[in-house]
Order: sequence, then C-alpha cells, then structure tokens
Amino acid sequence: MQYLPNILFVVVLLIGTGYFAKNVGKLRRNILLGKDTDVSDDRPTRWRNMLRIAFGQSKMVVRPVAGLLHVIVYVGFVIINIEVLEIVIDGIFGTHRVFSGLGPVYDFLIASFEILAFLVIISVVAFWVRRNIIKLQRFLKPEMKGWPKKDGNLILYIELVLMFLFLTMNAADFRLQQLGAEHYLQAGSFPVSQYISNWFIGMDIPSLIFLERTAWWLHIVGILFFLNYLYFSKHLHILLAFPNTFYGKLGPKGKFNNLEAVTREVKLMMNPNVDPFAAPDDAGDVPSKFGASDVMDLSWVQLLNAYTCTECGRCTSECPANQTGKKLSPRKIMMDTRDRLEEVGKILDANKGEFKEDGKQLLDDYITREELWACTSCNACVEACPVSIDPLSIIMDMRQYLVMEQSAAPSDLNNMMGNIENNGAPWPFNQMDRLNWSKES
Amino acid sequence: MTDTIKVPTMAEMFAAGEKPEVLFWVGCAGSFDDRAKRITKAFVKILNKAKISFAVLGTEESCTGDPAKRAGNEFLFQMQAVTNIEVLNAYEIQKIVTACPHCFNTIKNEYPGLGGSYEVVHHTQFLKELLKEGRIAMEGGTFKGKRITFHDPCYLGRANGVYEAPRELIRKLDAELVEMKSCKQRGLCCGAGGAQMFKEPEKGNKDVNIERTEQALETTPDIIAAGCPFCNTMMTDGVKHKEREADIKVMDIAELIAAAEDL
Repeated sequence: MQYLPNILFVVVLLIGTGYFAKNVGKLRRNILLGKDTDVSDDRPTRWRNMLRIAFGQSKMVVRPVAGLLHVIVYVGFVIINIEVLEIVIDGIFGTHRVFSGLGPVYDFLIASFEILAFLVIISVVAFWVRRNIIKLQRFLKPEMKGWPKKDGNLILYIELVLMFLFLTMNAADFRLQQLGAEHYLQAGSFPVSQYISNWFIGMDIPSLIFLERTAWWLHIVGILFFLNYLYFSKHLHILLAFPNTFYGKLGPKGKFNNLEAVTREVKLMMNPNVDPFAAPDDAGDVPSKFGASDVMDLSWVQLLNAYTCTECGRCTSECPANQTGKKLSPRKIMMDTRDRLEEVGKILDANKGEFKEDGKQLLDDYITREELWACTSCNACVEACPVSIDPLSIIMDMRQYLVMEQSAAPSDLNNMMGNIENNGAPWPFNQMDRLNWSKES
Repeated sequence: MTDTIKVPTMAEMFAAGEKPEVLFWVGCAGSFDDRAKRITKAFVKILNKAKISFAVLGTEESCTGDPAKRAGNEFLFQMQAVTNIEVLNAYEIQKIVTACPHCFNTIKNEYPGLGGSYEVVHHTQFLKELLKEGRIAMEGGTFKGKRITFHDPCYLGRANGVYEAPRELIRKLDAELVEMKSCKQRGLCCGAGGAQMFKEPEKGNKDVNIERTEQALETTPDIIAAGCPFCNTMMTDGVKHKEREADIKVMDIAELIAAAEDL
C-alpha cells in the first residue's frame, strides 16, 4: 500500500502522455496528407529563423502590449517545465523536492518560478480583459464566434488555475517546512507564496499535508489535461511554432513559386524543335489538377501552417481587404483549412485510414470565391504573422484552381487575361503601339 | 520643360553594334496609361540629362505576366515569361531598371526559375545609385518646406524589402518627409495588387484606395509620393474622391526629381 501513490502516479502519467502521443500521430498523419514540398534548402537560415522568431519571439513584440504579456506567459511556461520535471521524478519515486540538493541554486529557481507564476497570472488576467471587456476588434470578427472564442478563454482559465495550484502547493509546503513536518525538508525560497501561506496559519500538519498533496496532484493532472487539450485547441502553436518557423518561406515575400508541371508544358509548346508526340510519356508526373480545391491539394507545410495558427488575428487586422469591410480574413482561411483537415481526418478514422468522398471540399464549403478574389496579394498577412504562416499561398493556390481548372475568374479578369494573350498587355492596346509615348509630347 | 527626349531601342543599338549599360523595362502601364506615361518620360529625361546609356525594348516588350500569375493563370504567366526571357537573353541583357514594382518583382524573383537571371533594380534604387556616384546632382529648392508623404508599394516594400531608396531621394529634395500611420513593413496596400487593378472590388464598406488616401491625408501633405504606376493611379483617384486634387498632388519619385531639376 505504501507504493500506491507512486503506482497511481505512473498510471496517470502513462495515460496522459499515451493519449497525447496517439493524437500527435494523428496530427502527423493529417499534415502528411498534404503534397510533398522541398524545404531542405538553406538549413542555417531556417535554424536562425526558428531561433529568432519562435524561440526569440521577435515578431511578437511588433505589438508591444500583447508582445510583452505573451513573452511573460511564454517564459513562465518554458521555465516552469523544469518544475514539472521535478514533480514527475518526485511522483515516480516518492521523493520530495528532489532537486533541493542544489542549495542556493534551488532557492533561486523556485523563487524565479514563483515570480513568473505571479506575472503569468497578471498577464492571463490582462489577456482575459482584452478579450472580454476591452473587446479588441480582432477578437470580434465573424470567424471568432462559438468554439474559437470559448477555446481562447478556456486556455486562460486553465493557465490561471494551474498557476494558482502551483502557488497553493508551495504555500502549504512552506508552512509545513516552518512547522518542521517530517518529509518536508527545508528547501526553496517563496517570495510569492509565503504571503499565501499566512492564510494557512492555525491549520494542523495533517490538514496542511492534505492541502499540499491535493494541490500537487491537481497541478500535475491539470498539466497532463492541458497537454491533451492542445490537440483540440488553437493552442497547438506552443509546440508547432517551432517547426513552422523552421519550414516557413525563405527569400523575398513577393516571390511566388513557378508551377513545374506548367513549365514543362510551356517549354514543349514554345519550342518548335520538339515533336510533342516524341516527348517522353511522363503522364505520371502531371498533377491530377492545377491549384487547390481541397486540403489534399495543398502542401504539407501549408497544412502545418493551419495547425499552427493560434487565431490571434494579427493577419486579419493588417489585411487591407478586411480593413475595408470585405469578406476576406486571412485568419479565417487558416481556420477553414484546419477545420476541413480535421474533418478529413475524421473520415480517415472512420474508414480505417481510407478517404471516402463526403461531397465537401475546402473551396465553396469553407472558403468562398468572394473571399479569394478580394485578396490584393499585398503580403500584409504574411508579414504580420508572428509564427511565419503564409495564408496568401493558400489563396493563390485556390485561385489557380479556379482559373486553370474551372475557368471561373471574374469576367473582368478574363478580359485582362485575354488582352495579355492577344496584345501582350492587360489593356486592349496593340503591342505595336508600345513606344508611342516616346513621340507624344 | 524640354519636350524632346531620346529613347533608343535595343534593336537600334544592337544594329549599331552597341550595348547599353542598362535596359529600361517600361511596363504596360508606363507604355499605355496616360498618367503613367508621364512617369516614364520623367525618368527618361533624368536618364538623358545624366547621359546614361540605356535602351528600351519598345514593341518587343510584352507584359511580364504578373497580373495573370496573381489572378491564378500560371499558364499565361509562364508563356509571357518565357517569351520575354527569350528576347532578353537574345540581347544578352544584364541589368534591368524599371519604374513598375510589379515588373521589378516578377523579373527579379520569378524569371530566374524560368531561365532569365538579370540584375534588376527599381528606378528609385537606380537613381539613388546615380546620386551616390555623382552622375546626377540634385538641387533642392522647388520642394523646400513641402510636406511629402511616401506610399510604400507592396511589391517594392514588403515584397522585396526596399524602403529606404525612395525615402532617401525625397530627403535629398529638401522636402519634409512625413510618414503615414501605416508605413514600411506595415504599409497599407493601394488596392490594385494581385490583379485587383483590372476588376471591380468585392463588396465592403469602402475601397482600399480611399482608406489609404485617408491615411495619407492625415499627414496633411502637399504631395503624396509613389513609386508604382498602379499606386499612383489609385492614390490619384482617392485624392479626387476626397475633392482635394486642387491642393494635393500625387507624384512619382521620378517626377519629383525631374521637376526639381526643371527637366
């Protein structure tokens, strides 16, 4: 019976991490539904981008208030993971404050966790106020109703509860240390929870131990719950921001890829010396369709983008189309892509990994043509994203599908393209008149 | 104002066995749009005055394919690109200057993958270089004390990171450079990019160019400077919409310099 807590802890830990691992597998499978794309180039720059943008939070501070609050919560979470490590070891082996042998270093660590936990509480409250009382514009867009709104608040509540549990645990521990309770050795420094511990003066040792153990258990169970909540939440970004910034677009933002399949066709067409019938039969390489109408037509990096999006809406608030009241919202493009991908994943789950047509697709069922045609390709959304998401690339791939597969461009654009084809200019002017300006006064 | 300008074509130069220092890629807007033609001429006047050896393709030039690509027509884009690259490579072009950020971006970034690699510069970068090398000298005066705000073209700024060249030229005019609330990396689009120039905008509260013009007017400028023929058109329309065309001018950087030099 003596080892019951240890066994119980190991079981809880295995369930928590096991379920998480299972969902990570699903996540990986869904992302790899996307088309292969070569992102093996320039790894030094990619590492630098990841360190600078994800680890160093360089793009978060473009908006100083949200940036500072975010940095606090981020540092708090990274650092507090060291505490989680101690909790896991203590839980498995029945030890208490196993790192306390570090002496003054341990005091410093615990003190810094406490201060960070306190700052995290303040930041989380500020975030909640921004979302629910100040009602910042970007949290009120149509795509933010229902689950996305709830999800955002739920994360804040969980973080708040976890931090309070952590401080309560320390406060009870501190009190037990003062009382010289057995097993509760003198270790750590408690700049925040010592004040909380004042509320516990007068409680006897068994009650304090009960309080400390309850907070300890709820804290670690809460962390495991939170870990598993990630998969179902926009909060996946705390993990995926790292690979996403690594695989993010390199080079100038204005550079769009040239479709290789088209290049082959064009070269065949333009070269009079090539006998098209003698061309090697490379039908296997020709894509089944141009552009994208569903998530499987996008690249896996674009799908990774969708899972990484945390719906902060910086893209949408910088988007000129959105600012002038048009339907396009780059954030919605990413949310739609993820929602559709999740839907496809569920179909795979239900059919032993096989995809069965459900009569739906990303185009029209999620993203409307009106949204796609409102984009000015100005790259404001790409610039604004703190984690290197590229909504523009999805918009452009879907436009390619509309134009090259469906010939469904707005009629004005068809006229423009007809003019380019016939006269080499988007307007109906004769190519032979191109130099007339030099003779006009 | 002098009206005679010298505009040699590549074909003429080639026939004479000469090779220009730089090819001036005029672009569709610069060739056909009445407003943009004035930018083209202003730039040529500067080139003439500085005695720069340049040439244009003239009737051998064609659309780069930028609006086709951004509209989703990759086939048409690549047809245009390959055709243009054949012409450029045949003339062994090495350096290209253009006053259109869309042509600039496409030739610089998207042509190399299709066999066309050149040194491509925007005219503001080119003029900045000429100034640095002392090949043109700018005398302020005309614009002394004027408030000028610069509208960053998306395809020059955010797309290619060119923010300073146009600003440096404006400062050299002795003018007061005032920034809009959205500028540089966070500049607001004029509303014409991504082939929007050629279609009606989607339904919304207002047009993008009106929003951008309002931002520009907040700086109480005498002149709104632009570095793109499409931005120029959009901002000019915005100023007209606000009935301010009597007191606020929309001018390309090349026009500003040509005016300062009384060309």
